[in-house]
Amino acid sequence: MKQFEYTIRDEIGIHARPAGWLAKKAKEYSSTITVTKGEKSAVATKLIALMGMGIKCGDTVTVTVDGADETEAFADIKSFFESNL
Amino acid sequence: MIIIKGKGVFSAVGIGKILFITKRDTEIKHKKSENFELERTRFKEAKASALKQLAELYEKALKEVGEEHAEIFEIHQMLLEDEDYNASVNELIELAQFTAEYAVRLASDRFAAMFSSMDDEYMKARASDIKDVSDRIIDNLLGRVSKLEDTDGRYIIFADDLTPSETVMLDKRKVLGFVTRFGSSNSHTSILARNMNIPAVIGAEGIDEAMNGKTAAVNGFTGTVYIDPDQETLKMISELAEAINKKKQLLEDLRGKENVTLDGTKIKLYANIGSPEDVESVLKNDADGIGLFRSEFLYLESDDFPSEETQFNAYKKVLESMGTKKVIIRTMDIGADKQIDYFGLSKEENPALGFRAIRICLAYPEIFRTQLRALLRASVYGNLGIMFPMITTFDEILEIKGIVNDVKSALYSEGIAYSDSIEYGIMIETPAAAIMSDVLVPEVDFFSVGTNDLIQYTLAADRQNPKLESFCDTHYEAVLRLIEYATSCAHKYGKWIGICGELGADTRLTERWLKMGIDELSVSPAFVLTVRDKIRKINLKH
Repeated sequence: MKQFEYTIRDEIGIHARPAGWLAKKAKEYSSTITVTKGEKSAVATKLIALMGMGIKCGDTVTVTVDGADETEAFADIKSFFESNL
Repeated sequence: MIIIKGKGVFSAVGIGKILFITKRDTEIKHKKSENFELERTRFKEAKASALKQLAELYEKALKEVGEEHAEIFEIHQMLLEDEDYNASVNELIELAQFTAEYAVRLASDRFAAMFSSMDDEYMKARASDIKDVSDRIIDNLLGRVSKLEDTDGRYIIFADDLTPSETVMLDKRKVLGFVTRFGSSNSHTSILARNMNIPAVIGAEGIDEAMNGKTAAVNGFTGTVYIDPDQETLKMISELAEAINKKKQLLEDLRGKENVTLDGTKIKLYANIGSPEDVESVLKNDADGIGLFRSEFLYLESDDFPSEETQFNAYKKVLESMGTKKVIIRTMDIGADKQIDYFGLSKEENPALGFRAIRICLAYPEIFRTQLRALLRASVYGNLGIMFPMITTFDEILEIKGIVNDVKSALYSEGIAYSDSIEYGIMIETPAAAIMSDVLVPEVDFFSVGTNDLIQYTLAADRQNPKLESFCDTHYEAVLRLIEYATSCAHKYGKWIGICGELGADTRLTERWLKMGIDELSVSPAFVLTVRDKIRKINLKH
């Protein structure tokens, strides 16, 4: 299992577009990718659940990647956060 | 004639016949089904068609309104593919034995309610996206066709609210405007309307279905809708439409052209804005920069002092969207005609001559510091200038500079970056500052003349009192001489001077400003091209 912390810089937080892209991206991997903020968490393939967390600009989230292709997925998802959120 | 007031979200006008779009028949008659496998297949097929329609709408919107606004249909496709949404529908079909359409309706309500309950305007508005995609599936299941697809002629669309797909599905050649009872200026409909260049009025509570087929005149500038307009109103709206067209022509001809007179004298032409949303119109009107960004909106829009973070984000947004172009932000000018409860200021006999702007900042430096920190932090994102309002003395400038330096050292010790190339300027809006400009100028990088206050202070006449109109001669030599003097002082020290008050946009004075040597004019975005037009027709050698 691998994980990283990330502070959202996008002004509207995790909104529909990046959430949609993230969901798409997460589906490419067999690893389970989970986004956690405080007590709430959502599997990254679930667009609505992800948006439902109401993650705003300035919030810090923990992203966990767990599974067979986690090394590859970790790098890809991390760079996705950095360039889109 | 009936007059209805709403909020104009796109400043255009239109006259036409009303087509009142009523909500699709949303009642679902058959709720239960014995055959869940059939229902599951029906759902799957309806969803597949919905995805195909959305892909087509995406292509259509891409051509009509561009990628940024077409993207909603891509998101709709993603919502339809959402695991939880699909699981929810299938569960309702299998376990509760509901028909596909009823299961979709229930799932839609469930997820829409979740979005509606969020404490974020953006997320709240997503409830309508869920409803929109779900209605699309239901339409497919029940073989319903939207009313918008089979209309003839050209119309002003009236509706309670329009979903993004309803808006895009409209044949644009048939639509002259939108009037909705609900909706927000953040809604896709408003955004799309803006891109389509047609008038849109939201929050028009007085509209009703009985108006269908009547004539409406819509003024998107004022948010006014006239039902069965009289001759006078029709004439007014038509004239407005003509003026808009003329301006559009002007805009097209002058876009990208220099602000240069026939004899080659150049001047910078900036725009005044009151909130980050105005940047769009600054760029659209091709201003060279922002000469006055009034920061008051941050204070007026909130119930308590805006945080450093809120301010930082607003400034950063404007700086980033302007790129390398100059952005001059004026520190808060509260007081006088802009009173705010949480400032807890006592009532004054003479607010215009009272406790306002920099006077408040220097009396309560903690308010000032927060704003300066936000400004300095934002400075690395663009080309920032900061200007201070209501200056009368040299000592005020020294005091301000002292506080700026304190804020800088605090940021430095915290390891927070700020730009070294920020320009600091003062407003010349009191006769005292104008007369003392030779003394003030060595301490600043620029002057910006606030003509509205300078006029009323110089002429000792309240500009808001109609009885004093004859005393408010804005072209009176007394005011112009003050500006002329400030200009010569600025130039003596190699500093620049701009005008950001209403007089800057007064084309009867453009030539005078150029002769004086004013370096920059900052006007409302809407006036940029009008002033540019004037500049380009002037010949100072004549």
